[in-house]
Amino acid sequence: MAEEEPPGGPPAPKPEGVEAAKVPAKPAADAVKPAPKPAAAPPPPKPPATMAATLWESDLATELKQRFGTQVRETSTYLGQNFVVVSPDSVISVLEHLKLEADFDYLVDLTLVDWPKRAERFDLIYILYSFARNERLRIKTPIADGYKPESAVSVHLTANWLEREAFDMFGVEFEGHPDMRRILLPDEWQGHPLRKDYGILQQDNRWVQENLGIESGQ
Amino acid sequence: MPDSTFLDSTELVLNMGPQHPSTHGVLRVILKLDGEKVLGTECVLGYLHRGVEKIAENRTYAQFNPYVDRMDYVAAISNGLGYCLAIEKLLNVEAPPRAQAIRVILTELNRIASHLLWLGTHALDIGAITPVFYCLREREEALKIFEKYCGARLTTHAFRIGGLLYETYEGFEQEIRDFCDMFIPKVDEYEELLTNNRIWVGRLKDVGILNAEECKEYGVTGPVLRAAGVKWDLRKAQPYSGYENYDFEIPTRENGDTYDRYIVRMEEMRQSVRIMRQAVEKIPAGPIMGKVGKVIKPPVGEAYVSIEAPKGELGYYVVSDGSTQPYRCRVRPPSFINLQALDRMIRGGLIADVVAVIGTLDIVLGEVDR
Repeated sequence: MAEEEPPGGPPAPKPEGVEAAKVPAKPAADAVKPAPKPAAAPPPPKPPATMAATLWESDLATELKQRFGTQVRETSTYLGQNFVVVSPDSVISVLEHLKLEADFDYLVDLTLVDWPKRAERFDLIYILYSFARNERLRIKTPIADGYKPESAVSVHLTANWLEREAFDMFGVEFEGHPDMRRILLPDEWQGHPLRKDYGILQQDNRWVQENLGIESGQ
Repeated sequence: MPDSTFLDSTELVLNMGPQHPSTHGVLRVILKLDGEKVLGTECVLGYLHRGVEKIAENRTYAQFNPYVDRMDYVAAISNGLGYCLAIEKLLNVEAPPRAQAIRVILTELNRIASHLLWLGTHALDIGAITPVFYCLREREEALKIFEKYCGARLTTHAFRIGGLLYETYEGFEQEIRDFCDMFIPKVDEYEELLTNNRIWVGRLKDVGILNAEECKEYGVTGPVLRAAGVKWDLRKAQPYSGYENYDFEIPTRENGDTYDRYIVRMEEMRQSVRIMRQAVEKIPAGPIMGKVGKVIKPPVGEAYVSIEAPKGELGYYVVSDGSTQPYRCRVRPPSFINLQALDRMIRGGLIADVVAVIGTLDIVLGEVDR
């Protein structure tokens, strides 16, 4: 979750903040950064704003908690959208349970969010939809860098390309995926561009020189 | 003796694209063939990858708005609507009713423009030359309205976060009415050319079947899902931008083949006209911009908002860290996800059907590759 992540204090708000400041389009986002929630506390050390999510109470949330116990870490709702935070080892069984028992039969999207300062660096997010209930649900699972989450292809075929894209962009490998290769970038490309430590102007210079015959793509 | 009489048919790997007129852009499909029969396919993507999601993290919310038009560039207005709705959700504001009505009119007009381009090129792929000229002729009328409204024809940047920047121009309502009156007979005209045409039916019927169960497994949405018999449209299921105020049908068919998808899209164009006719008669008066500050700075949080784009469910998952730039902006592209079902649809079919199936998926590579 976002708890300790977005550092409201002075240390660089985004890892590539320095990099981005060179881009003319971003004049002084860092300068105008008073804590977005002034109501919280005026002293500077502890104003990290968090998502104002509230507890999500429903039959489904209770059922999930009962069935998976402490594996379900949190059931919350924000802006009317429900999400469940689950331990990484049990996320596939949760997906399977939701598909078979609760009609969440459509995996809308699978993606990651990178929080480089956190111990569990990535949030892996599954967005589900149920045609029968006309309801959406997000499953979130925090994973450490290098952890290999189990592939969801056995539950939802859609996950195939989505996991390949997640691997391509973030370098998270999925265990048991039938075809764990890059999908959008060339196979030999080095680096994973949607990680926060990958600069906006960065590229794989060697690949560019070898394959395009030019010094740099910039 | 009989062995040498006939040519041996062995497996052949054939490369189609990325420069191929019927892949609708820079899609490369590697086909494994046995004679004319397709044994398997593999898509090679990324030729148009521009790192849109990375760009989003390095631009302010407002600056990123024009970039989304460059994903599905034949339905730029839908892309813009989805993005604006997502940020409005994060800000917890809503566009004023007048802005919502104008948004609906322009989005539906864009749906028609997108479907027309699909119909023209799809028919061209199959071998019918005439429809593409007819379709582009009518699409031109739609693009003229966009141009008059916001100055651009394709990548329009028509909407702003919180509402609209431009008021409608003098005579906008009348031009929409004229378009609607002109357009319905034209749809009949296309149908006269194609619907009962023996070659057209022969090439499309029972080709590239994807049933409802498979659609759900692959996450396929939009006309492809509806042609398989699932009556699901986000404009009805989870209405946004005031769609609940309009009366329209969700066209469906049962077989889930290429012909059914053609029928569904033709009917959708008629329904879009129906929505536009209702919307244009009751555009409310009032402001066109909601209460959004000059600097857009959503509170810390995240939201997933999706709309029914011409190609299927188009979603934006945006994470805000409380700054002026999105911390993460994920786009759920319908073309990318629908394209994944291509292999299932043409495996076991004929090589001539490959172009029919790629055409019927209605992909835009700008959105597949982002």
